[in-house]
Amino acid sequence: MLLLAMGIGVAAVIVLTGLGEAARRYVAGEFQVLGTRLIIVLPGRSETTGIQPGLFSGETPRDLTLADAEALRAIPDVERVAPLIVGAAPISARGREREVPVLGTTADYLAVQNTEVTEGQFLPPGEIDVDRAVCVIGANVRRELFGDGPAIGESLRVGERRFRVVGVLASQGRSIGFDTQELVIVPVSAAQALFNSESLFRVLVQTRSRESMLRVRDQALAVIKARHQGEEDVTVITQDALLATFDRIFTALTLTLAGIASISLAVAGILVMNVMLVAVSQRTAEVGLLKALGATRRQVLSLFLAEALLLSLAGAVVGIAVGEAASWFVRKLYPALPLAAPSWAYVLAVITALVSGVVFGMLPARRAARLDPVEALSGRK
Amino acid sequence: MIRLDKVCRLFQVGDQEVRALDDVSLTIENGDYLSVMGPSGSGKSTLLNVIGLLDRPTTGTYTLDDRETTALDDDELAHTRARRIGFIFQSFHLVARMTAFENVELPLVLAGVAPAERKPRVTKLLDDLSLTDRSHHRPDQLSGGQRQRVAIARAMVMQPTVLLADEPTGNLDHASGAEVLAAIEQLNAQGITLIVVTHDNEIGNRARRHLRMRDGKVVDDYVGSRP
Ligand SMILES: Nc1ncnc2c1ncn2[C@@H]1O[C@H](COP(=O)(O)OP(=O)(O)OP(=O)(O)O)[C@@H](O)[C@H]1O
Ligand SMILES: [Mg+2]
Repeated sequence: MLLLAMGIGVAAVIVLTGLGEAARRYVAGEFQVLGTRLIIVLPGRSETTGIQPGLFSGETPRDLTLADAEALRAIPDVERVAPLIVGAAPISARGREREVPVLGTTADYLAVQNTEVTEGQFLPPGEIDVDRAVCVIGANVRRELFGDGPAIGESLRVGERRFRVVGVLASQGRSIGFDTQELVIVPVSAAQALFNSESLFRVLVQTRSRESMLRVRDQALAVIKARHQGEEDVTVITQDALLATFDRIFTALTLTLAGIASISLAVAGILVMNVMLVAVSQRTAEVGLLKALGATRRQVLSLFLAEALLLSLAGAVVGIAVGEAASWFVRKLYPALPLAAPSWAYVLAVITALVSGVVFGMLPARRAARLDPVEALSGRK
Repeated sequence: MIRLDKVCRLFQVGDQEVRALDDVSLTIENGDYLSVMGPSGSGKSTLLNVIGLLDRPTTGTYTLDDRETTALDDDELAHTRARRIGFIFQSFHLVARMTAFENVELPLVLAGVAPAERKPRVTKLLDDLSLTDRSHHRPDQLSGGQRQRVAIARAMVMQPTVLLADEPTGNLDHASGAEVLAAIEQLNAQGITLIVVTHDNEIGNRARRHLRMRDGKVVDDYVGSRP
């Protein structure tokens, strides 16, 4: 019972901090995939204060269009621009059908996202408004639709249109929230036709150097504003700022989780106290005897404290085992979540367990040490 | 030598005051053999507890081997108790989860005696009390008489000068009681001061000196047999 409580406490610390850490690393990893020197332009103004101006004027934020993306390309120090359109569509080939996320973009996407193709090529470069019927597919899509057979050159139906497969993406990580293995990538203009929409989901802008990022960000904002009749109706974010924010958020989250788990350890400590109190009252006669045999208060005190400490230690060991097992299990279930507690969490958990063992073991131990030997022996107490 | 001088031990029970020991003055020579008898509640156990340093007199002084004990603090009392006093209780008070050997070893452990030195001492005592083949048995695997002999071994392992027995045969049948008594009388013959509290006249009469108590007072104190 006690071991369980202590164990759960320690396990909770390990799993929860592991969870926080994992979330942080997951997000960090997500951004790493985005590549560096990246500026993201998304439609809509992200107001943090005040009321959206559109609410009064009746305006809706203007869409982000391909022409906007082209205008961004003209900014000095912009190396690549990859407009994105996202949607989901049924795909089928050789009689097999699936529903997958479909991403419309341009040839620049590959370099901006820092990805590779394992077979064939990526989308061919060229005018972005030329609607070519080619597509690149994720590794999983390739496996499920074409098995071990050849995929390049095969025909793939996406929605109502036919595309020729020209490349297969490397099965590497995730990209802005999509699993690249499950993705079908088509030219942006094809995606516009497919989803019957002109508006872009994002525009990814890669600058020539890290240093020029801030300037490009400001210029991008200015360019879009000029194109949108002076309305600042897009949000431009840089990866660094985002990453730093997320890092802060997740560090706070991890600490909070660790704190919550530590509280559960303190609860376990109270349990230690109860168990020890019961032990002392059950062994009153024994304590009396020890005293009659010449044990000093200190000896009795340290005896019971040692016992509390031992119990806590055993609990901590059980907890680490349970926590590890739980983490392992989660890792098996969700390989994407790299669940592993940082080493300070282990130290924290064990120390908290031992400290709470001693602190809460102190009261019963002192009670035992203070017992009057005569009364303890006669069972009057 | 044990010397009690005008010792009182008062207990407060509710708003009533119980005089468990009432102005007891007593001198006991080293190596003597005393029995303490008297009706229930007359203060026999309290007297033994005070002599054994488990309890302190409310008033009066207790001198053990020329040392005034009333001024000693708890740890000094524990220390003195460990080295000079051996206790035997009516209900044995062995630690149930320890073997006979470990029970006897316990006072040595508490006194910080090195393990290498402990073993021969414990073995010798168990041997003396014919418990050699029982040394690795736990108390619940022993008969009452055997348990009390383990308790005697434990009381003796620190080589005390005084052995205090509070109704040592109270929980034993006649035969094992006689065995236990023989064992402690043997120790007395070797020079230890022996004080036995008992309700049994036959046992009481075996002592050299006899105390009779009533209402916390020593009402009779004689040597040899009363005519
Ligand atoms: N801790 C205590 N609190 C209150 N009263 C006590 C306490 N210990 C002993 N007494 C009282 O002191 C008196 C003497 O008790 P003691 O145990 O010495 O008697 P006893 O002669 O050993 O009796 P018995 O033959 O039944 O063992 C009794 O009235 C008892 O109720
Ligand atoms: Mg008694």
